[in-house]
Parts: sequence; C-alpha cells; structure tokens
Amino acid sequence: MSLNIDQIRGLFPVLHQEVHGKPLIYFDNAATTQKPLAVIEALTKYYEFDNSNIHRGAHALADRATRYYEETREAVREFIHAKEAAEIIFTKGTTESINLVAKTFGSKFIGKGDEIIISTMEHHSNIVPWQMLCEEKGAILRVIPINEAGEILYEEFEKLLSPKTKLVSIVHASNALGTINPVKKVIDAAHSFGAKVLLDGAQSTSHLEINVQDLNCDFMAFSAHKLYGPTGLGVLYGKREVLESMPPFLGGGEMIKEVTFEKTTYNEIPFKFEAGTPNIADVIAFKAALDFIKDLTKPEIKAHEDSLLAYAKELTKDIKGFIPVGTAKEKVSVLSFNINGMHPFDVGQMLDAKGIAVRTGHHCTQPLMKRFGIEGTVRASFAVYNTKSEIEKLAEGVAQIARFKNK
Amino acid sequence: MSAIKDIQEEIISEFEILGDDKESTIFYIMELGNNLEAFPESEKTEQNIIKGCQSKVWLIADDQDGKVHYQADSNTDITKGLISLLIRVLNNRTPQEIIHAELNFIDKIGMGSIIGSQRSNGLAAMIKQMKLYALAFQTKQNA
Repeated sequence: MSLNIDQIRGLFPVLHQEVHGKPLIYFDNAATTQKPLAVIEALTKYYEFDNSNIHRGAHALADRATRYYEETREAVREFIHAKEAAEIIFTKGTTESINLVAKTFGSKFIGKGDEIIISTMEHHSNIVPWQMLCEEKGAILRVIPINEAGEILYEEFEKLLSPKTKLVSIVHASNALGTINPVKKVIDAAHSFGAKVLLDGAQSTSHLEINVQDLNCDFMAFSAHKLYGPTGLGVLYGKREVLESMPPFLGGGEMIKEVTFEKTTYNEIPFKFEAGTPNIADVIAFKAALDFIKDLTKPEIKAHEDSLLAYAKELTKDIKGFIPVGTAKEKVSVLSFNINGMHPFDVGQMLDAKGIAVRTGHHCTQPLMKRFGIEGTVRASFAVYNTKSEIEKLAEGVAQIARFKNK
Repeated sequence: MSAIKDIQEEIISEFEILGDDKESTIFYIMELGNNLEAFPESEKTEQNIIKGCQSKVWLIADDQDGKVHYQADSNTDITKGLISLLIRVLNNRTPQEIIHAELNFIDKIGMGSIIGSQRSNGLAAMIKQMKLYALAFQTKQNA
C-alpha cells in the first residue's frame, strides 16, 4: 500500500502558502522538516493545560507533564529500538549530543597519542568537537577518504584502525550528498580494535529504520527538528554501560543525587546528563512527530522518497550544464548539484523566485567541498510530503536556469 | 553626465517595467552584470575582497583627474549585477559627490525583498567600501 501524499500534505499547514506569488515547494528538508499539525497542537496543549516543571513536583500538573515527558523518552527508545529508555538523553540537538560525548567520554577515555577517526563527509559539528578535544588532549584526528561518487573508501578506513583508535565518529547519511555509509561494517571493525563508535544520525533517522541494538553503535546523535518535530531538541543515545562510565556533562539541578558543600553524588542515567530544567514542551510535542512517522511507517516513507529522488535524477540528467555532486549507490533523498558556470547562491535565489526552497553553499561540510574542488552546491532534499509534480517543477526550473549559462 | 539623482530615477523606472515578477527581476539583475568592464585578474587579491559579502566581491578604485573610477567583479552573477548598478550611479564622480550620495533607488526598487537579507547586507558592505574609497581620495586631494 502506498502513502496518500495529498492526505499527508493536509497535515502540514505551512506547505499551503505562496512565496513570491508561486505555490511554495519546500525542498530544504535536510535542513529542517516542516511540522505536522499534531506537533503544533501538542505544543499549544502543553502550554495551555500542562505547563509545569517536571520530576519532584507534588501536584497534578507536574505529575502529568512528567508522565508525558517520560512517554516521549519511551517513544524515542522504541523509535531507535534501544534496550531501555534510560539510554535516551535529551539534548539541544545533534551538535550538543556530539559535544556531550566529546566533553565527557573524551575527557575520561581519550589521551595523548590516542586516535579518533571521522570521515571526509562529516558535518562541521562532527569535526570541530573532535579537533577541540584532540588539541586539548594531544590526540590525533584521522580522516577516512572518499571516492568521486562520495562513498567512503572502506579499505582505507581499515588501514586507519589500530589499537590507538579510541573512537570512530561517523555520519550515517551525509547531509551534503545523501550518501548512506556502511555503518554496520564500520562499527564491527571498530569494535574489533576496542574502539567505541558514535553515529551522527541527523540525516538518517527520518529516512531509515534504526535499530541501535542491531547496529551495535555505542552512541547515536540526532535532532528532533529533522524528524518532523520541534526545533531546539535532540537526542543522544548511549549504551548504558558506556553512559555510566562517563562523567557528567553540565552541573546543576536534576543531575545530582545528593549535594553537600564537600561532595556531590550524581544521579542515575539519563538524568545525570540532563542538568537544569529541560526543554519540556518540545520533548512532549516530539512524541506527536514520532507517532506521525510510526503511523506512516519508515519503509513506506523511504520508498516514497526514493521514488522522488529517482525521478529527480531522471529528469535532470540530460540538462545541459547540470553537474550532480554525490552519486553514491546508497543514498537518502538528497539531490546535490551545481550548474556549470553559475554560483550555487545565484541558482538558489533563482529557484526561490520560482517558489522553490533549496539550500545553497557548503552545507557546513567545507572539507568535503574542498575534496570535490567546489565552493558549494545547490541541495534539494525531499521529505514524505513532497510530490512528483513538485519534482517536475524543480527540473523545469533548473533547466531554465541552466540555459542562462549553457546555451 | 547626469546627476546621481537622475540616474537613480532611470534605474527605478527600468525596474518598474519588470513589475512584481521576482523571477524576471533576478534575470534582469544578472544580465546587468555583463555591463561591468573587464576586471584585471591580477587584482583579484585577498586585499581587494569586500568584507561582509557572502559571495566574493573584488573592488578597486583609482583617482582619474579628481574623479573616482571604480572597477569590480564577483564570483556570482547576481552580485555582479548589483555592483554594476552601484557603479552606474557612482562611477567617475568627485569624492565629494560620492560621499554625499543618497542611494535611495535601492529602497525604491524594493531590492531588499528581491535579493533577501544576506545579499542586502553584502550590498550595504559594497556601498560602504565605495564611499570609503571616495573618502580616502578626498583626504588625499585635500592634503
């Protein structure tokens, strides 16, 4: 059974508007997805009826808010098939999740001469925290090279592994290219050297079925707002034994067991890593986003998005001057490209004039752009509510823009 | 040579013909970039890049018989079009004229909503740099 896209579009108020006098075509989903009405209503409902600080409140509202908050944690557990809800930590986003690991796991387990492996296609948020850590500790950052299609060179990765490797932090699906990395193989190989593995799942979680127990990753980081959920909220999954071995991240309320001026003992996971009043409203509303995905089912979503990507590739391949960037065999629904002789920013602005929202630039992956010898790309990324007729408008638009410099 | 005010009026009426159609307006701006005189490759240096622009913009100026002669280039076509408009208004004028020029055509065209906020900031940076050159030449002339 295939999805009823018209019905799905009906759930997203933001899609039904005109920009510059043209119907909005939203193809910037890898940056952030739009939110279904259920998420927006859950946010409003929380502030209208349930607003209160969670945990330890001796009243009905606090009790209710706590229950909803913890229900989302359980829904996230189910979403990524973690063993237990305590392994789910709420953060501000993927970036904070990665930084949390760098600051806590990194401070305890990474020392002088140790090595951290990342790939060429990492987002800056999976590069900079490790560079900061390496600088502080005298550790070394190693980078897996990629081929022209934008796929990691697995054999080269194997060569980088050694007993000095303490952590492999790799993107599950590339934000700039869409490449899906062979992470299961990477994780198994890293483990055979005793290294831990962090998966940056910012771009994979909305498209792929995730089972952290099957993958056997030690950490996974992702963001709610790329999953049809609210902004300012992310998740760090970590295996219980790994999380328990780590020192706390931020100090403050909630993360303590007992505080005296002489010594503080820390709370159990996940609370040990959730100092201060968390983002209660967004956590609660996030459950509505997870329910939305669950109802449609991931395989159905992926099948629809794959068909959009295939159609987009088909319609653009013969456009004179069209240069695809990232042609991996396994991809999520990202079409990254350049137009011969044109700056991506110009192409993006011209598409915007047609009502088509795309992202342009280096996509926070400057080393990757350098690898391809380009300044940036135009990136159209598709979500479950996009349609074939929108893809046709994109292809028509791109063809018209390309003619400007490719007659 | 027409006054700065008259050239601005000309530009405003040219854009009025395009109406509210953002697409044709952007195409038009890109076409305008072709009016820029060839920029010497050797001047595409880090020093000549205008700070505060998202895209790369190189600007140089020289004093030709007391008037400022600008040359500019960019790696994006829309930016080339924008700077060609500025050059059309400000080129070959005295530093005094340039410093006191009120460039109201940008607002009257509604350029902000055509090019968006990132590029509007860049455009403001270009104007600032052009005026700084004029100020430097004026100081030199008065010395």
